[in-house]
Amino acid sequence: MNYIEHVGKYFLMLRQVFKKPQKGNVFKDALFREVEDLGLKSIGIVAFIAFFVGGVVSIQTALNVENPLIPKYLVGFATKRSMILEFAPTFASIILAGKVGSFITSSIGTMRVTEQIDALEVMGINSLNYLILPKIIAAIFFYPLLVFLAMFLGIFGGWTAGMLTGLFHSIDYIAGIQLDFDPFLVQYAIIKSTVFAFVIATVPSYHGYYVKGGALEVGRASTQAVVWTSVMIIVLNYFLTQMLLG
Amino acid sequence: MIEVKGLHKSFYGTAVLKGIDASFERGKTSLIIGQSGSGKTVFLKSLLGLHRPESGSVSFDGRISKDLNEDDKRQLRQDIGMVFQGSALFDSLTVEENVMFPIKMFTSQLEPDMLDRVNVVLKRVNLENANKKFPAELSGGMKKRVAIARAIVMNPKYLFCDEPNSGLDPQTAIIIDNLIQEITDEYQITTVINTHDMNSVMEIGEKIIFLKNGVKQWEGTNKEMFKTDNKSVVDFVYSSDLFKKVRQLYVDR
Repeated sequence: MNYIEHVGKYFLMLRQVFKKPQKGNVFKDALFREVEDLGLKSIGIVAFIAFFVGGVVSIQTALNVENPLIPKYLVGFATKRSMILEFAPTFASIILAGKVGSFITSSIGTMRVTEQIDALEVMGINSLNYLILPKIIAAIFFYPLLVFLAMFLGIFGGWTAGMLTGLFHSIDYIAGIQLDFDPFLVQYAIIKSTVFAFVIATVPSYHGYYVKGGALEVGRASTQAVVWTSVMIIVLNYFLTQMLLG
Repeated sequence: MIEVKGLHKSFYGTAVLKGIDASFERGKTSLIIGQSGSGKTVFLKSLLGLHRPESGSVSFDGRISKDLNEDDKRQLRQDIGMVFQGSALFDSLTVEENVMFPIKMFTSQLEPDMLDRVNVVLKRVNLENANKKFPAELSGGMKKRVAIARAIVMNPKYLFCDEPNSGLDPQTAIIIDNLIQEITDEYQITTVINTHDMNSVMEIGEKIIFLKNGVKQWEGTNKEMFKTDNKSVVDFVYSSDLFKKVRQLYVDR
């Protein structure tokens, strides 16, 4: 199957996904389950990575700024900007593409090869809508919160690294964080993370739903899903940056 | 009653079903038999609408499935119960939740009423005290019983079973066969079973359809099967010495 066919099939899938859920209560239960599986269970890894990335960015900035004419608050300013603009929305999304993407593909793919999806269809249930819509809604509403958390912890990680290494003073770092704060940059990050959340929920679902074969094919589909989700995030990141900041 | 007319289905240019005509009556257990690769599963999935046939029609008490729109198809499927070969229970749900799932999805019953219905069907399949277990904690026979309970919980008009005995010991297989036949009689369901288990054929085959290379080769009851001289049927059904002797005894009698 060529790429154009995959794209067409993906959009046909979305047409079935975005139908009214057949039963509100069942949809609500599924949504809460997805919030837990895709969102709450990802807090730990996102927080851990954001904290250390923030620390590394601040240390590297401090070590590379030797010119006395460059103000000391630059470390805090640079850490804040890189966390808000790139590391929190894009880096966190790439991490989630790996963690959540493989989970989505393998769980839906296993349902496919063990005929659980056929069982849903035979019951008269729109399986695409039942399985994928809650994932999309959960991701779109929860991932911006994760990105906020990543921003905060990244900046805090930068401050902590500075305090532990003694490379810069707390007061300079905080002055850098407060300097030239542009709320649109946070909006930009949230817009990006919402788009990425959609990609993270749908691309792996597509790979899992249409898998054919057995356990080996489910494994392969998971790998492909992570690769394609990451590629999509990187490409969309470029276009969104161009559109929103260019 | 289910009526099938001229069903054709092919995959990537290879014809798998070559114009099958058949009818399945209400309150009877009909069996589809044939070698692996004869088209049994494709036939069953085409009846269910999981495969779209190239030509031919399947009619459920006058409702021709290919003429129905998506919503009507879903409506029709609510009248269908299906027992899959691997049971196809939802891994993340308990036995109780699995059986309750169709009721929750399609009715507005209150939780206690749903639970009552679940307990009735679980009792009917002789599976009590397993409500809170997950599929991974059940044996093959227990999974099949849960699958049957889930298939009948909505009082379906049509019951389809794909290899209900595969992977079961002979004793459990007979229990499952008898259970399906009892349920068919009790609820007057149109039951279609896909199998290559010869015990099932002998025990519960009120009507048997033999498929070979996507063509219906023979049709009759289990009693008629003993007397048939159709070479393909004889070669397939009486391939073992035991069944050859059983046939001889029947003919002698």
